[in-house]
Amino acid sequence: MDIADNKQLVKQGAEAKIFKGSFLRKPAMFKERFRKTYRHPILDESITKERMKAEARSLVRCRMLGIHTPAVYSIDFSTRVIIMEDVSEDTQTMRMYIDNVQNSNKNDVLKELKPLMERVGQIIATLHKNSIVHGDLTTSNMLVKLGRDRSTPEVIIIDFGLSYVDGSAEDKGVDLYVLERAFLSTHPNTEELFKTLLQSYRRNYGKGSSEVLNKLEEVRMRGRKRTMVG
Amino acid sequence: MTVVIGFEGSANKLGIGIVRDGKVLSNPRVTYITPPGEGFLPRDTAKHHQAHVLDVLEKALLEANVKPSEIDVVCYTKGPGMGAPLVSVAVVARTVAQLWNKPIIGVNHCIGHIEMGRTITGAENPTVLYVSGGNTQVIAYSQKRYRIFGETVDIAVGNCLDRFARVLKLSNDPSPGYNIEQMAKRGKILVPLPYVVKGMDVSFSGLLSYIEDRAESLLGSGQYTKEDLCFSLQETVFAMLVETTERAMAHCGSKEVLIVGGVGCNVRLQDMMEKMAKERGATLFATDERFCIDNGAMIAQAGLEMYLSGQTTKWEETTCTQRFRTDEVEVTWRD
Repeated sequence: MDIADNKQLVKQGAEAKIFKGSFLRKPAMFKERFRKTYRHPILDESITKERMKAEARSLVRCRMLGIHTPAVYSIDFSTRVIIMEDVSEDTQTMRMYIDNVQNSNKNDVLKELKPLMERVGQIIATLHKNSIVHGDLTTSNMLVKLGRDRSTPEVIIIDFGLSYVDGSAEDKGVDLYVLERAFLSTHPNTEELFKTLLQSYRRNYGKGSSEVLNKLEEVRMRGRKRTMVG
Repeated sequence: MTVVIGFEGSANKLGIGIVRDGKVLSNPRVTYITPPGEGFLPRDTAKHHQAHVLDVLEKALLEANVKPSEIDVVCYTKGPGMGAPLVSVAVVARTVAQLWNKPIIGVNHCIGHIEMGRTITGAENPTVLYVSGGNTQVIAYSQKRYRIFGETVDIAVGNCLDRFARVLKLSNDPSPGYNIEQMAKRGKILVPLPYVVKGMDVSFSGLLSYIEDRAESLLGSGQYTKEDLCFSLQETVFAMLVETTERAMAHCGSKEVLIVGGVGCNVRLQDMMEKMAKERGATLFATDERFCIDNGAMIAQAGLEMYLSGQTTKWEETTCTQRFRTDEVEVTWRD
């Protein structure tokens, strides 16, 4: 039985197709992790299952921590679908949001985006303090919800398929490193903005943040110092 | 008409190529091959390059039927790579530039791969997977730089394959990766191996230790063959690479993907990438071993682009560096 009515494809990401539809008469998102034909079927099956579990678990954990993520409605391994709350209304990806601000020729891009960066730093600090490592932090995996008063847009974190629970500073450092490179390569000349994010992370994380940020520095240096032969 | 000569010797291949307006006139190459179970060491590799570089240079000029006076600019690999081999080749490039009285350009090796790939395949603005013995990067162009979106957080994929080949004592001729590829074709059973993807980044060191530790007992159990291990290793590491490349394509909204670097001539990797690309309505561009594997023409081609956009390297700056990141180079030849 297909529990979805009138499913409509809205996006094909790297791993999943996102459909909009309704679930028990509620508007819902259907995230279907379609079969990857390039991958060995056994490998594909195990990766998909692992990621669906990781995603559902982390989404639930985040809501318990008060981090805005889509609520999980249902999960079905046989069709590879997670059904979740539709959060798309009045939202756009952080990536588009930053692009728009950068292209709007406003003189003070930094000032305009600062509160948002502080909010992101705070959210990641909350995740990490609670040992949730997202595993794929990019500006495509953050949604900005535009409120009626545009002063403090809300940030929704999505795509937890690569997430896992880990308390180590190393893994948190790598999590920040992944975001840093995705951020700076996607949005050139935003080093200052990213600093704001890290400062907010440090403030909100509190005790133990130095350890993570030192790890971040260490991971960065690993990249810089790697001898690249061939 | 612009004629460029390129010198490459950053690892165990020594190549000199001559390019005229994007057309490869000659591209001879020799490879320093070590016995099974051994990798190549900087000192011995440098000696190999020193012993062969003049012969290769002569061959390049003869095959291209070009006289030194017809050459417009001399290019060499500035880095990244192994210090001693890099310097051994650079010193020859510097010498001929002085003898022939030509300008000289130090080229980033990774940029060489990208520009050669673009020229040969005609890809316009691809997401690039650069995979070799020393590099594993997912790259896309934006605002005058080749930006690194994803990368290995530890060892390169080619290094992982080479070191696994040493465990199995596979031949290094023509290359360890080629021999793994042939064995993998006969493998059937998938051994579960660690699959480590962090966003657009990958990690291979854990996987390598895992299989290094267990190879003997897996083979001894009689349950798996060497072929199965090669097959499983390829299936796992290539799936990681295709996945991160796809993530970068989704992130950048890209419709083209280009594979470059020595591991890029692996047909199974190309086949997996092709399937991924088709599913997304994108196009795969790949080259064969002539241009995937380190060669001189790629240095000439990147140098040509740099030269035409007005770049040359000041004499005092014609040094080498072991560490030289792809995103350090200002791409003056693209919009």
